[in-house]
Amino acid sequence: MDKSIEKLISSLKSNKLVNKINIMEVCGTHTMAISRYGLRQLIPETINLISGPGCPVCVTPAVDVDQVLEIMKQYDVSLFTFGDMLRVPGTGSSLYLKKAEGRDINICYSPIDSLDYARKNPDRKVIFLAIGFETTVPLTAVIVKRAYLEKITNFYIFNTHKLIPEALELLANDKEIKINAFLCPGHVSAIIGSEPYGFLADKYGIPCVISGFEPEDILQSIAMIQEQIKKKTPEIEIQYNRVVRKEGNPSAVKLIYEIFDKSDSAWRGLGNIPGSGLKLKEKFSGFDARIRFPVKITRSVEPAGCECGNVLKGIKKPFECRLFSKTCRPESPVGPCMVSSEGSCAAYYKYERELRNIKF
Amino acid sequence: MCLAVPAKIIKINDRTAVAETLGVKKEIDISLVPAVRIGDFVLIHAGFAIQIIEKEDAVSIQNYLKEYLDGQKH
Repeated sequence: MDKSIEKLISSLKSNKLVNKINIMEVCGTHTMAISRYGLRQLIPETINLISGPGCPVCVTPAVDVDQVLEIMKQYDVSLFTFGDMLRVPGTGSSLYLKKAEGRDINICYSPIDSLDYARKNPDRKVIFLAIGFETTVPLTAVIVKRAYLEKITNFYIFNTHKLIPEALELLANDKEIKINAFLCPGHVSAIIGSEPYGFLADKYGIPCVISGFEPEDILQSIAMIQEQIKKKTPEIEIQYNRVVRKEGNPSAVKLIYEIFDKSDSAWRGLGNIPGSGLKLKEKFSGFDARIRFPVKITRSVEPAGCECGNVLKGIKKPFECRLFSKTCRPESPVGPCMVSSEGSCAAYYKYERELRNIKF
Repeated sequence: MCLAVPAKIIKINDRTAVAETLGVKKEIDISLVPAVRIGDFVLIHAGFAIQIIEKEDAVSIQNYLKEYLDGQKH
């Protein structure tokens, strides 16, 4: 990094804009970093940082969680999942509770673990809970392709993958939260590059900066946004050029669309966003857990008082939810934003809950 | 989900490689970075290399990681 944090903050303050601006970050790791490093308290008061739907666990709708829970209830399968999903509350249960009841639920660090298990245990039906944005989609694509080529017949994915750029378009159009700029996700962009965000600058005039995760990265990215707004030259800039290339990782993107097609997808808090999801191509539909293990969900409800939807959209800050730090805490989460290691509420609870009286 | 760790490729076996970061060696999948060679630095996410990065960038990210981990010990 060229500048120290002090210099960056001083530079931000001396170049601050007259009007208040809303900058939305759409990456859970950015949300955590902003909270952890106290950046909200360091930046000029004219900048309002809003946490958006950057946490894939948080934006998975209740009905999907319930569907997985119902599959675990009705079928004797081995589920592999990233750790975050374990404690997300569904309607009346969670994977954690199902595991306590004796269902075969395994936390995996890598999706490879699920395929390895399926290979070694041909008598077990194995489901990988495929969740994540474009950083993680290529990994699922690799294991599906591998399973197909090796003719593995006891392996499935429960696909809840979602795509970021389409969600950003919905947010750009939202009149309730006027977004002046986006801090774009670092590792999603390592895969997709900077071009998929182009329409935000071209069509909506919204500056975007793809940022790294250190405090200096985020402050530098905010400075770049300020500069774009000042000069009225909205564009897509890459601050995180240590890792992100304009073209992203073309091999990874090619593989995604070898295995999946774009589809509509429902996001908690944002509703259905056309083209923001993925579905397995016909050739690979035999790996679709939703088809192989059909279940009927009779009732899928958001917990009473849960404001995760509004928090994810950026309409409310976590401490504006009446349940925050009262009934909804990390040890007893009501909604996914408090459960996930990248959830806005978890971040604010861990690092900023003492500051709730300060007006932002 | 955006968590990713830089590492150096020290051995390549077809579609996997052995990568090392801060003294820890781990086998990772390199299907997504077909051009990778021994000695390259990569960014690892959930057991997969997702991008090849420059050495000085990998080292700077590793330094932040080390700082963070050292901080966690106290």
